[in-house]
Amino acid sequence: MSVGLEKKATGGAGRRYRLDKPELLAPAGSLEKLKIAVHYGADAVYIGGQKYGLRSNAGNFSLEEMREGVEFASRYGAKVFVATNIYAHQEDLEGIEEYLRQLESVGISAIIAADPVIIETAQRAAPGLEVHLSTQQSTMNWQAVQFWKEEGLPRVVLAREATLAEIREMKDRVDIEIEAFIHGAMCSSVSGRCVLSNHFTDRDSNRGGCCQSCRWKYDLHEGGESVLEEGNNLFTMGSKDLCMIKHIPDLIEAGVDSFKIEGRMKSIHYVASVVNAYRQAIDSYMADPEQYVLDPAWAEEIGKAANRPLNTGFFYSTPGAEEHIYEPEEKPAPYDFAALVLDYDESTGIATIQQRSPFRPGMEIEFFGPGGRSFKQKLGELRDEEGNVLEVARHPLQTIKLHTEQPVRRLDLMRKRVL
Amino acid sequence: MRKELLVAAGSIGQMERYIEAGANAVLIGEARFGMRLPGDIREEEIAEAIAFAHRLGAKAYVSVNKLFRNEELPALPGYLKTLAEAKADAVVFSDPAVLLNVREAAPELVLHWNAEMTGTNSASSAYWGRRGAVRSVLARELNEEEILDLKGKSEMEIQVQVHGMTNIYHSQRNLLQSYMDHLGREARIEQGPDQGRYLVEAERPDEKLPVYEDGNGTHVMSADDIALLEPLAELLNAGVDSFYIETLLKPEDYNLTAIKTYRQAIEAWEQDPEGYECREEWLEALQDQQPSDRELSFGFLYKEQVY
Repeated sequence: MSVGLEKKATGGAGRRYRLDKPELLAPAGSLEKLKIAVHYGADAVYIGGQKYGLRSNAGNFSLEEMREGVEFASRYGAKVFVATNIYAHQEDLEGIEEYLRQLESVGISAIIAADPVIIETAQRAAPGLEVHLSTQQSTMNWQAVQFWKEEGLPRVVLAREATLAEIREMKDRVDIEIEAFIHGAMCSSVSGRCVLSNHFTDRDSNRGGCCQSCRWKYDLHEGGESVLEEGNNLFTMGSKDLCMIKHIPDLIEAGVDSFKIEGRMKSIHYVASVVNAYRQAIDSYMADPEQYVLDPAWAEEIGKAANRPLNTGFFYSTPGAEEHIYEPEEKPAPYDFAALVLDYDESTGIATIQQRSPFRPGMEIEFFGPGGRSFKQKLGELRDEEGNVLEVARHPLQTIKLHTEQPVRRLDLMRKRVL
Repeated sequence: MRKELLVAAGSIGQMERYIEAGANAVLIGEARFGMRLPGDIREEEIAEAIAFAHRLGAKAYVSVNKLFRNEELPALPGYLKTLAEAKADAVVFSDPAVLLNVREAAPELVLHWNAEMTGTNSASSAYWGRRGAVRSVLARELNEEEILDLKGKSEMEIQVQVHGMTNIYHSQRNLLQSYMDHLGREARIEQGPDQGRYLVEAERPDEKLPVYEDGNGTHVMSADDIALLEPLAELLNAGVDSFYIETLLKPEDYNLTAIKTYRQAIEAWEQDPEGYECREEWLEALQDQQPSDRELSFGFLYKEQVY
């Protein structure tokens, strides 16, 4: 086996163009979120199963739901990955093989794994599954990437600490797919290298129990005294969220193969908005890299569903004071998901929608769909399925009929301003 | 074979005193290659340090356990060759880049795998074993049942930390400096351990979490010191091979007492495993020197974690 550490860089400086489109990879915490993510343009989604994943609180998929998700995704040519990225303890070892075979049998394309026991077991017992190395393995240099390639992995999800220049060198030196987080919440620790949660609450962060203690507030002491003065914010490790929508060309030119959005716990509204924005940006760049211009509507779209301030992580430089959240309160997102479009009758202009949060006639709302289609209107008359006129749509999942000022499509979303 | 009592040392002088106190292996290195060492023994002096340990009858392991960046990789082959020529008894690693460099530059080096929080099961230890590691260093977040089961199912040497603080959070961000900048303070944060800083979480006023910054980022340490003296016999009987005392952020006298105490206990067990009992005076020696604001605890040894 050739280690090839002496291999010279092949790529030069400057822009490079690619013909293959990078993959847009979205989180899906439930079957419905999977469908929305795929419908809004994700090339692949990653989900959690009942076992071995790191989001024990997310709505994790049963095998039957996985099968349905895979079937739905395949109609769009999209793939489904399953996160199996815990660091296993002794008690977790039994059953890995059976579980991985089940994932293979329902049509999952790849697992995302960190623990070598899961990686090896998949390679041996479920060869139909690709194994992607999880960010939990903290991979941040090209030789580590080389190691995992030699271990037979087709793809590495990098540590969030890797810079664009480092990614470029990895791609120059190693022929492997590189997946990088490009949007969403971030561990401020090196992923996998944090057990704050274990220490404070006995919840194992590396098996999905993380209680996000990095976002708690701490009083920093020096020489036995608190450094706090009146009006000072407390210390925290909490990071702003990653957002690379304004830097799509840099990511593509560095050679990132898969653009990963974080957030299996995030709402349908969030997933739809974020996927929608990145889908448009990537498509626009790939259609004509020379003429590419950033459309401010994409960042605005993300801003409607995001609740945390945003930054560019480690891609350009090490995050400093401006990249952390010291301020006391997190604001809610400015818009909230109000309804899902189930059907639209072109002849009458009447849409059938499903309520997801209350709305009433007279309210200013926005419909939006894949490709950046959107329009605002004031809500007119609302009727229930029996045709009764409603003063307010207050029942979750209630079916409502209303007139829309422009055509809408099934799986478009309706959102309302809350701030 | 004598059981190993392994101690991190920050200088050649410290190595000598720790070995005299009862350590029969030392962990040394420098922040350029290893993380969270109590002091730097630089590349120029590492051969001398290793030879010195050998003269005193102790093993010398060198920590090369940081996560490397591209630009730091070119220094690895030369450093590893230096360590091999100096007859380092092992290199401790976590980044697979080290594994590749050892294979190419210094295949005679013995490897210990230590990824701290992620060394959690026997099958993964074996994986690194098949790639050249002879020892697996266990996560401190395992309980006794897990440690014993893991050791029983492992053909590798197993190392367990028995005393001192543990790292519970590592970031490559400069979080202390960022905070000072946020507060608008002029202060520049000094690099390295022993700067006397700690964090207190709002709901846990009695817990002080030491924190420091260095070239590898920001390190947050546990509020308690683990002390596995009482359950030591269970670990010895189970065949755990190496017992590690973390000396980081502790005065040397504190560490010397800990080393002497654990050495006494290990010797007593070696002489008579059947009749071994943990002595009250040993526990008192540890308790007497323990600062009142840091709890001596069993760590995760008797905990059941949830997730």
